[in-house]
Amino acid sequence: MMTIEEIEKEIVAEFSVFDDWMDKYAYLIELGSGMAGMDESHKTEDNLIQGCQSRVWFHAEMKGDVLYFTADSDAIITKGIAGLLIRVFSGQKPADIAGADLSFIDEIGLTQHLSPTRSNGLLAMVRQIKMYAVAAEAKLKQP
Amino acid sequence: MMCMFEVDKIRADFPILEEKIYGKRLVYLDSGATSQRPRQVIEKMNEYYLRYNSNVHRGVHFLSNKCTDANEEAREIVRDFIHASSEKEIIFTRGTTESINLVAHSFGEAFIGEGDEIVVTEMEHHANIVPWQMLCERKGAVLKVIPFCDNGELDLSGLDTLLTEKVKLLGVAYVSNVLGTVNPVKELIGRAHAVGAKVLVDGAQAVQHIPVDVRALDCDFFVFSGHKIYGPTGVGVLYGKEELLNQMPPWQGGGEMIKEVRFERTTYNELPFKFEAGTPDFIGVIGLGEAIKYVNSVGLEEIAVYEHDLLQYAMEQMYAIPGMRMFGEAACKSSVLSFALGDIHHSDAGILLDKMGIAVRTGQLCAEPVMQHYGVTGMVRASLGMYNTAEEVDLFCQGLKKVGKLFGII
Repeated sequence: MMTIEEIEKEIVAEFSVFDDWMDKYAYLIELGSGMAGMDESHKTEDNLIQGCQSRVWFHAEMKGDVLYFTADSDAIITKGIAGLLIRVFSGQKPADIAGADLSFIDEIGLTQHLSPTRSNGLLAMVRQIKMYAVAAEAKLKQP
Repeated sequence: MMCMFEVDKIRADFPILEEKIYGKRLVYLDSGATSQRPRQVIEKMNEYYLRYNSNVHRGVHFLSNKCTDANEEAREIVRDFIHASSEKEIIFTRGTTESINLVAHSFGEAFIGEGDEIVVTEMEHHANIVPWQMLCERKGAVLKVIPFCDNGELDLSGLDTLLTEKVKLLGVAYVSNVLGTVNPVKELIGRAHAVGAKVLVDGAQAVQHIPVDVRALDCDFFVFSGHKIYGPTGVGVLYGKEELLNQMPPWQGGGEMIKEVRFERTTYNELPFKFEAGTPDFIGVIGLGEAIKYVNSVGLEEIAVYEHDLLQYAMEQMYAIPGMRMFGEAACKSSVLSFALGDIHHSDAGILLDKMGIAVRTGQLCAEPVMQHYGVTGMVRASLGMYNTAEEVDLFCQGLKKVGKLFGII
């Protein structure tokens, strides 16, 4: 299993081949379109990320000592971005997720989506993932 | 097309239009949300901040008088602009939303009782819905709705049944912020008056596009915002018929709106000050006056003709794009182009257009009932101002085609 950092590096390398923003977004669109989505039963109010112009859901599930994520959105670019986050975080240990530094977002040129007021809510997604991780970590530590 | 109208000269007055966005030229198609301000407005406000700033009214010194004069001069400019009878009928507020809330509170307090009815249309933006709902809750009144047809025109077939003597107020947008429909407000005002109802016309999307004469319309209230008519944010106008405003109690209490203050009893100032509690945004007001002077110097009739042609051109170009679904196809339409491109999510389209330097608005456009009407979660909206050009429309349409290609629908 690759570490969060290794996966981030891999994504940065993939994005580095794109010359312009169009290719980058075309890739995100491809990613979003190809994603499996999530079980309809997981599209609950609790899993709905607040603060996005499009609807986006994140579902977290603990298997053993690692967290797995699924996500869906009615907007494809948002879904593609969610897909990147899933690739980075799904199957990782809660403590690693909670402590992850997300510099890859800057490196692949998506920082502009990080502002809290941005309608696609990348920041809100990251927050939600970290919150799931912190909660899972707390649960793990319970005797 | 547009030979008399010197759009290049107008554009030169709007410095922001020269900005580059991600290295590309800005194509600003979001004037329906807020317009840009010409240099003249910015400079006038700067001048007052730099040289004359001082609180208005009741000051004895030079600066205070200077600002007071400019504030009252702006009131006269607004009065003349919408052809009100008297400056007493022009109340400065923070914007359209506050103007409507003022009426909902003050008119509502004086004239709305249990079982009374307030009528709005299905195409209103939230500011012309929620204040009335809140009033209805306070007073036990009932909110009724005039529906619209799929082409974006009001469905007036049931109006006679809807407009009964129980109706005390009709609130209607002159121009819909989503559909662009120019509503037949004069007819509606006549029919509402026939049953004794008062009418508030929301002119937020109208005054910058269509010459308005409140006396010819005979509306009881007319509201608009400064920032959509090339003026500053934070300032708006409430026009009300003097006789009616005199019968209405003050809304907010504080300085300026009083005549005499005693702990036993306070008496209130005359119009328009009765409704202007506290220090007004006088620099904003002065900026609004300057914006209207600017619009007058271009000529609203000329602006209307130019924008009409540009809108027609934009619609033709947009219809030529595969998968285009236009929301709002009223025969009488102004300045606003809301649409969906195939099944592409409005937020995806907006993000991609942004990367091309094209500013549009996406989402529910502060009009959720309109979204519900069409069964969509949001729309993309391009809205025009007097500074937009056919060339920008072309760039916009090229942008839309790129978006379509990225999603494989073209």
